[in-house]
Amino acid sequence: MDWLNTLNLTFGELIGVYTAAYVLAALGLAVHFGFTGLLNFGQAAFAALGAYGYSIATLSFHWPWWAAVLAGLGASGIFGLLLGIPTLRLRADYLAIVTIAAAQALRYAFSASAYTDVTGGSNGLSEFGDSFYKLNPIPKGRYELGFTSMSENEIFIRLVGWGLVILGAFFLFFLTRSPWGRVLKGIREDEDAVRSLGKNVFAYKMQALVIGGVFASFGGMIFVMSSQTNQPSTWGTNFTFMIWTILLLGGAATILGPIVGGMTFFALLMFTQSIMEGLVNMGWLPFLDIAQVGQIRFLLVGLVLMLLVIFRPQGMFGNKKELQFNG
Amino acid sequence: MANQIAIGAVEPGCKKVDPILVASNVTRQFGGLTAVNVEHLEIPRGQITALIGPNGAGKTTLFNLLTGFDKPNTGEWTFEGKNLAGVSSYKVARMGMIRTFQLTKALSLLTVIDNMRLGSQDQPGEGFLRSWLRPAWRHREAVITEKADGLLKRFKLDAKREDYAAALSGGQRKLLEMARALMSDPKLVMLDEPMAGVNPALTQSLLEHIKDLKSNGTTVLFVEHDMHMVRHISDWVIVMAEGKVVAEGPPAEVMKNPAVIDAYLGAHANTDLGEVEIGSAKEGN
Repeated sequence: MDWLNTLNLTFGELIGVYTAAYVLAALGLAVHFGFTGLLNFGQAAFAALGAYGYSIATLSFHWPWWAAVLAGLGASGIFGLLLGIPTLRLRADYLAIVTIAAAQALRYAFSASAYTDVTGGSNGLSEFGDSFYKLNPIPKGRYELGFTSMSENEIFIRLVGWGLVILGAFFLFFLTRSPWGRVLKGIREDEDAVRSLGKNVFAYKMQALVIGGVFASFGGMIFVMSSQTNQPSTWGTNFTFMIWTILLLGGAATILGPIVGGMTFFALLMFTQSIMEGLVNMGWLPFLDIAQVGQIRFLLVGLVLMLLVIFRPQGMFGNKKELQFNG
Repeated sequence: MANQIAIGAVEPGCKKVDPILVASNVTRQFGGLTAVNVEHLEIPRGQITALIGPNGAGKTTLFNLLTGFDKPNTGEWTFEGKNLAGVSSYKVARMGMIRTFQLTKALSLLTVIDNMRLGSQDQPGEGFLRSWLRPAWRHREAVITEKADGLLKRFKLDAKREDYAAALSGGQRKLLEMARALMSDPKLVMLDEPMAGVNPALTQSLLEHIKDLKSNGTTVLFVEHDMHMVRHISDWVIVMAEGKVVAEGPPAEVMKNPAVIDAYLGAHANTDLGEVEIGSAKEGN
């Protein structure tokens, strides 16, 4: 077995583009669920709108990169508003049902053949990154980074993605430690109590929904920008549940949780895949072939998620004291 | 004493010298059941008013209606002359009418001091746009925290300042909820069973706190089953039964009222419930 390769791949995942994209979406979900108590099972839809907003604005309207980014963020923000107006007055579980349904509906709309001119139908869209990659100040070429080598664009998208993660984390850090964040936590605990103290609970929930959605929107854009392909199948429920796994792994009401949770999750995923592939190649797992390994590891992810929720519900960074009372 | 509070004869729905809250024709039906049917009700300003009545009399429902947590089928009410019908609950609270809940709503996973801070209403940092500019709210936060610490001391919760509210006992949560309600200097405090589940040692200090409120000029309206407490601290008592106001007056007189004795002892204790008519309770008057 090639241990060096395994470690290289694992390390590559720690700073991977997809990792950064998922972490951004998980930070948004931390705002929704961890801090405000909103059960959003449609985070994939917010990310999809960011990705489609960007790629459609670029390909169909030939907007510059910054306008396309605003289009993506705007699409997610408006989606949050539309989703929130009818559901945020209802009990939390209704939001869960509506978000999961809305996310599925949106994905089908994007893959519908009727709008192929704009959305690319089930094939999706590609080659929309030119105006973004033109910003890349790194000279063309391949760079040796010790464990791997990357092109100038691969480095650039990683810098942008993780830069956004760091900026977003600081933004949330200040936000959640402010009186505004305190009201959100109050709503998570008991919204009627907060209402009785004179806070406009609906407005706060709406702000949280939109802000968390905007984080997912950035995540979606980073996700599709690395390969410059945006396919509707990406934005299924498994995208949402990966984000939930990352959030619960790291700790729902924390900022560092989603970041370290995301890195751990993808590193573990790559590590187990690499090891299992090695074992299959050596003939130690005769009941598996290489193609099945990819699926088996998701089975393991499900198992890990279950064990996590049962034995360590506060995640890696959650405050154990907070959880003692939920017994 | 009655003459200082009421105008004219003391009877259900009588006018007050200086009412802070006036409600008329407030009804609330749940399916076929009329939970609340209040023709007229005035709460005297600056006094401690007790709202009593048997279980299911509609006391808590009336609380919910008056504070915007529930919508009535009919009715209108004013608070300090401002119309409140159809106003959402958080706006009611901002006008200075703060309530507590029968099932205590302490915010479990917030610390005691954060619970208190949340009770304050004019913190600019609670707005999203200013929340990440610490200088915009730091000063106000210090003022709020000082006030919160003062209240915690008064309610003997200062030792629990940094604990999660979930770590408090039931009685302490009642105290916390009441202290939190006082953070915004309300004009009218509505306490829903402040004594329920509070041990006798704490009861005495709670009573003192409620009396303190009155001496600070706050109007208090509370729901309670403990007759001893009602007699001890209230200036005025309103009795509800089957959704209606059946009696009101100074505590000593109300306790003698046959309608009240009826309501509490149960007018229908020995009646087959299938044949009960509301009129039959009135005949006892």
